[in-house]
Amino acid sequence: MSPVIRPAISLFVALTVVTGVAYPLAATGLARTFFPQQAAGSLIEKDGKAVGSSLIGQSFSDPGHFWGRPSATGPQANNASASSGSNQGPLNPALADAVKGRIEALKAADPGNTAPVPVDLVTASASGLDPHISPAAARYQVNRVAQARKLSAEQVSALVAQHTEGRQLGFLGEPRVNVLTLNLALDQAAAK
Amino acid sequence: MTNHSWLLLGLFLLSLLLLVKPVGIFIADVMEGRPNLLLRLGGPIENLLYRLCGVRKDEEMGWLRYAMAILVFNALGALAVYALQRLQLWLPLNPQAMANVSPDSSFNTAVSFVTNTNWQGYGGEATMSYLTQMLGLSVQNFLSAATGIVVVIALIRGFARHSSKTVGNAWVDLTRITLYVLLPICLMYSVFLVSQGVIQNFDAYKDVTTVEVTHYDNPKLDAAGQPLKDDKGAVVTEPAETPTQTIAMGPVASQEAIKMLGTNGGGFFNANSAHPYENPTPLTNFIQMLSIFLIPGALCYTFGRMVGDTRQGWAVLATMTLIFVVMAVTAITFEQQGNPVLAQLGADSSVTALQPGGNMEGKETRFGIADSGLFATITTLASCGAVNAMHDSFTPMGGFVPLWNMMLGEVVFGGVGSGLYGMLVFAVMAVFIAGLMIGRTPEYLGKKIESFEMKMVSIAILVTPLLVLAGTAIAVMSADGVAGIANPGAHGFSEILYAFTSAANNNGSAFAGLSANTPFYNVMLGIAVWFGRFGVIVPVLALAGGLAAKKRIAVSAGTMPTHGPLFVVLLIGTVVLVGALNYVPALALGPVVEHLMLIGK
Repeated sequence: MSPVIRPAISLFVALTVVTGVAYPLAATGLARTFFPQQAAGSLIEKDGKAVGSSLIGQSFSDPGHFWGRPSATGPQANNASASSGSNQGPLNPALADAVKGRIEALKAADPGNTAPVPVDLVTASASGLDPHISPAAARYQVNRVAQARKLSAEQVSALVAQHTEGRQLGFLGEPRVNVLTLNLALDQAAAK
Repeated sequence: MTNHSWLLLGLFLLSLLLLVKPVGIFIADVMEGRPNLLLRLGGPIENLLYRLCGVRKDEEMGWLRYAMAILVFNALGALAVYALQRLQLWLPLNPQAMANVSPDSSFNTAVSFVTNTNWQGYGGEATMSYLTQMLGLSVQNFLSAATGIVVVIALIRGFARHSSKTVGNAWVDLTRITLYVLLPICLMYSVFLVSQGVIQNFDAYKDVTTVEVTHYDNPKLDAAGQPLKDDKGAVVTEPAETPTQTIAMGPVASQEAIKMLGTNGGGFFNANSAHPYENPTPLTNFIQMLSIFLIPGALCYTFGRMVGDTRQGWAVLATMTLIFVVMAVTAITFEQQGNPVLAQLGADSSVTALQPGGNMEGKETRFGIADSGLFATITTLASCGAVNAMHDSFTPMGGFVPLWNMMLGEVVFGGVGSGLYGMLVFAVMAVFIAGLMIGRTPEYLGKKIESFEMKMVSIAILVTPLLVLAGTAIAVMSADGVAGIANPGAHGFSEILYAFTSAANNNGSAFAGLSANTPFYNVMLGIAVWFGRFGVIVPVLALAGGLAAKKRIAVSAGTMPTHGPLFVVLLIGTVVLVGALNYVPALALGPVVEHLMLIGK
């Protein structure tokens, strides 16, 4: 056994140092040097105070803000220290109940809206922290937000357009709207 | 399948096929010690390591010693990961003061990461200290990947060598694959990930003041810290609000890179590659998918090159690719159809220029249906197990695909190394079946397949179905097993079946509604991952030793060619048939029943 044990232990220690200490430290050094903002979490500051991260969704329920994807994290939605999906199966009655409740909440906040409700606006995201909604989900909310903010629908639509990203490099992923940055821009526009 | 889905699938295949040959040649050069630039640069470091560790570089090992080396090396890894979790509260780099992990969960996580499974009963950002993540889990991401690759290299040597007592030196193989292949790629890869938004720091979790105050229902706790329940068993809550959001931090990018490249799949965060800090953009998603298949695909070329006939490698790769395309199209198609229950409630699941539509429960907006369905197919065909969407919320047939992919035995691309050695085991099985049909002694790559080889092949093929079906049966019959189910009906059975399939095949993804962080599941699944890994590795190394010792027989008119379309069809048939024979009854009780119920809606 000894011709196996000794190299096993020493090689395990050596490779642990290389892959578990040297490598993450080197990666951290390079990351901080070249991409300090991203390495630290892409945080957004307002008046010198961090108000969120452009990559992490927040909870919105005010009619004057765009609402994001429903979040299944606990105990509160969009808990960024406990990411999680709902894991509800397609036939689970709890899923149907949840979606029904979300559709009712959207209709209650905007009684005149008869447009079909985009599915991403009433289904929980995978991470519970999805920062985006589809452009359809943003368009669905434009009139409600404009009314609550006493802005014109055109002004709000223009803001949505500014915060809409197309497919990356033109062909990857889905078009999407960043809810937090859109709402921050909206707050700024309404304050003027 | 939308045009966008076809484009994505096409681009993915093209990128993969372009990379297979150069990476395959590179791996072959490294493992055969042919001097290239990296080997020259790293030579002094490599030799220093050998001197420190008492390794004699030129010493060759027989299969049994090679297997002992692998087992001891991996057992040490399991001990280290276990110890780190049990002691993390008293160790440095724990800014959130994460408590020591329970013994059963530590055991499960330790064997799960050592076996390249990376099944996770815990939520990363709420359980593990930075030290445990980087010194325990991240290290095992490297070493379990290295283990898989060196075992397949030993098997390839078994085919390539003749009349030889040895299959290589385990220490040298492990060191070389780690230093020259995994590390350099991961270093570049992690910097790329950070450029897209993946975090890499050692800061404490950050509190930010959110735009709106969040209102929520907080579960009331009793004196023992357990949630209070009312007479009906529902959790009692009280209204609460918070003006802040606590954002988890950590050295994510360095772990993310090896998590994908080594087909490990254990997320830094609970939501895995769905978390925006692990997989922030469609581009990172594309590269993550590519990096899962990169080494398993490239090893096919390495195989062809090392046995001296690259057509053999292409035939294996073609087999894998054909199965992959069928499964990807199936998954994306069913997810795109969406959930009729939600449509009846008034949710619009159609595809338009403004939305991806489809079944968006448990999916991220930036990935939509195509990127989620493709990722799910890739991560389960390869034994990666990272997820960018919650498989538990897939439509029945969309969820059937990941389950079935794992049931094929993780041989279609499969884990790094483990996929190819699994597929080569099936190839031996295929020539054996062909030999029976035409009444000739089967041979593969100039080696006669005889009784000893077939015994090892049979063990390697049968050990995982046995673990899956016996484990599932025990779990559904025991109260502890049934207690973990989250979704009612057939879906609940699928959750348990998925858990054991994932564990025994060393995948690690989950129908994550199942509450698996209990002593019952931690122990049962821990046993399944360990024997699902080493119950295959040991017979495979024995097969390698048996083959290496044989003489090479010359190709004759009676030799069945193993590089043409006929062999590809035979191999696909063998893989699919063995999988189907083992699992059709179980599948009928799970996703098939659920699908029939859904279309009846």
